[in-house]
Amino acid sequence: MIPQEIHDTIKTRFGDAVVEAKLDGVIDPWVKIAPDRIKDVALFLRDDEALAFDSLMCLSGIDYTGGKLGAVYHLHSIKWNHKITLKVDVTVENPHCMSVESVWKTANWHEREAFDMYGIIFDEHPDLRRILMPYDWEGHPLRKDYQVPEFYNGMKVPY
Amino acid sequence: METLEEKIDARPMTIPGFGRALRSEEMVVNMGPQHPSTHGVLRLELIVDGEIVVDAIPHIGYLHRCFEKHAEHMTNYQQVIPYCDRMDYVAAMNAEFGYVVACEKLLNIKVPERVEYIRVIMAEFQRIASHLIAIGTYGMDIGAFTPFLFCMRDREAILDIFEQTCGARLLYNYMWIGGLSHDVPADFAEKVKRFCKMFRGTIKELNNLLSYNKIFVERTANVGVLPADVAINYGASGPVLRGSGVKFDLRKNDPYSVYDKLEFEIPTGKGLKGTTGDCWDRYMVRVDEMEQSVNIIEQAVDKLPPGDVQSAIPKRIRPDAGEVYVRTETPKGEIGYYVVADGTASPFRVKVRPPCFVNLAVLPAISRGAMISDVIAILGSVDIVLGEVDR
Repeated sequence: MIPQEIHDTIKTRFGDAVVEAKLDGVIDPWVKIAPDRIKDVALFLRDDEALAFDSLMCLSGIDYTGGKLGAVYHLHSIKWNHKITLKVDVTVENPHCMSVESVWKTANWHEREAFDMYGIIFDEHPDLRRILMPYDWEGHPLRKDYQVPEFYNGMKVPY
Repeated sequence: METLEEKIDARPMTIPGFGRALRSEEMVVNMGPQHPSTHGVLRLELIVDGEIVVDAIPHIGYLHRCFEKHAEHMTNYQQVIPYCDRMDYVAAMNAEFGYVVACEKLLNIKVPERVEYIRVIMAEFQRIASHLIAIGTYGMDIGAFTPFLFCMRDREAILDIFEQTCGARLLYNYMWIGGLSHDVPADFAEKVKRFCKMFRGTIKELNNLLSYNKIFVERTANVGVLPADVAINYGASGPVLRGSGVKFDLRKNDPYSVYDKLEFEIPTGKGLKGTTGDCWDRYMVRVDEMEQSVNIIEQAVDKLPPGDVQSAIPKRIRPDAGEVYVRTETPKGEIGYYVVADGTASPFRVKVRPPCFVNLAVLPAISRGAMISDVIAILGSVDIVLGEVDR
């Protein structure tokens, strides 16, 4: 399926869950989904015969600056060999987004990483802990406005 | 396959003459971060019931060096390449390859054919070198010391070729956006052919010494079986996925560079010694892949066109605002770069999807119900490099 058809299928099935889409003039066409509907859309994309997105290639957190955060899902279907990118926008004040861990297990560690680095909270994730930073670290290091703390457990941080 | 409950139930729980079940309770054993078989600084929290692993919880991050933060703070795109080297430090060429392909796609540059062929040759050499380490250390984890020395000897020959080409043996900074740092030396083709001829013999030697060795097979066959659907759902890639019998290789299924002009096979696990998707299958896929890499190198050297390797390097790297996700096949699996440009000279965001990180996430799923010593065999068969897991 071409990205346009994939977009239309999602649009007819979920309607208002599709916030925005850009399919032409970009290298990877993307569809923006509402944060509370992403799990339903993901489940549909995986289980639908004609779409069969069985693999989540990558899940990235991103800080768009100005209090806007986002998660980007790159999907691929091994069966049909087509791709689509999903995006979800959240804000620093309300960084909640549905987890897709139950759909693709790949998301487990990737969501933990996005939580660790950007503070995006994936609701219904079974084990949302920090993954790369120490468990008692404060702040989310990949945010654009992140300030390195002076001390961590009494140790000086900037060397 | 027995389930975990069956395995625990099957153990003799009574002491003869006492007639009373022994109290059994779970114990937590820390494996790592300093442990020779974790291949770096990985800590596995093993919850064990006697000798049987009930759960394995990996704790990572001991080697976290903020690759992504560094990339955002570079003053141009080219400066990120040395950091890519340092992720998977035993397969640096392949890590660079993915990044430069991503940047070239973002900049819309067409790279000269000669550059593409040299890149493929280097990437395949690096694949052999990385697999040699994987196989050698895997044998050593399980108790076979000699194959490790054989593997290191041949890896040295590959590193010599790299050294003659670009001066570095481990971290190359060789592939640049749009070109290469150096052209290959004059006697390159001859050296490569001599290596390929020699190396086919080594693979045979390695098979006799390790692959079909009874002790090795006993330790790896039917251990850590990863079914194909679980592998796909966890996003496993590379030899871990192909060992489960899934014929998926980005060089064929999503071709980049000039791989579509070269002929090679994709080896998959067939369960020759046990169940499809066991440790032996994952190991054997690596051995077979080395043979295919030799085929690719020989073809690429014959086809190597003349030309200038630096003609397409842009003077000023400043891509328009946009984003790209590119994935390439490294020895460990699928490496993905999600590069976001905002129109300035430095990248806005570089996210790496490291194959080892994703493959390691499979470990708990296939370790449950195994013996503690099998966890070492499973971990070795997944072949992780902690530099890439933690970035």
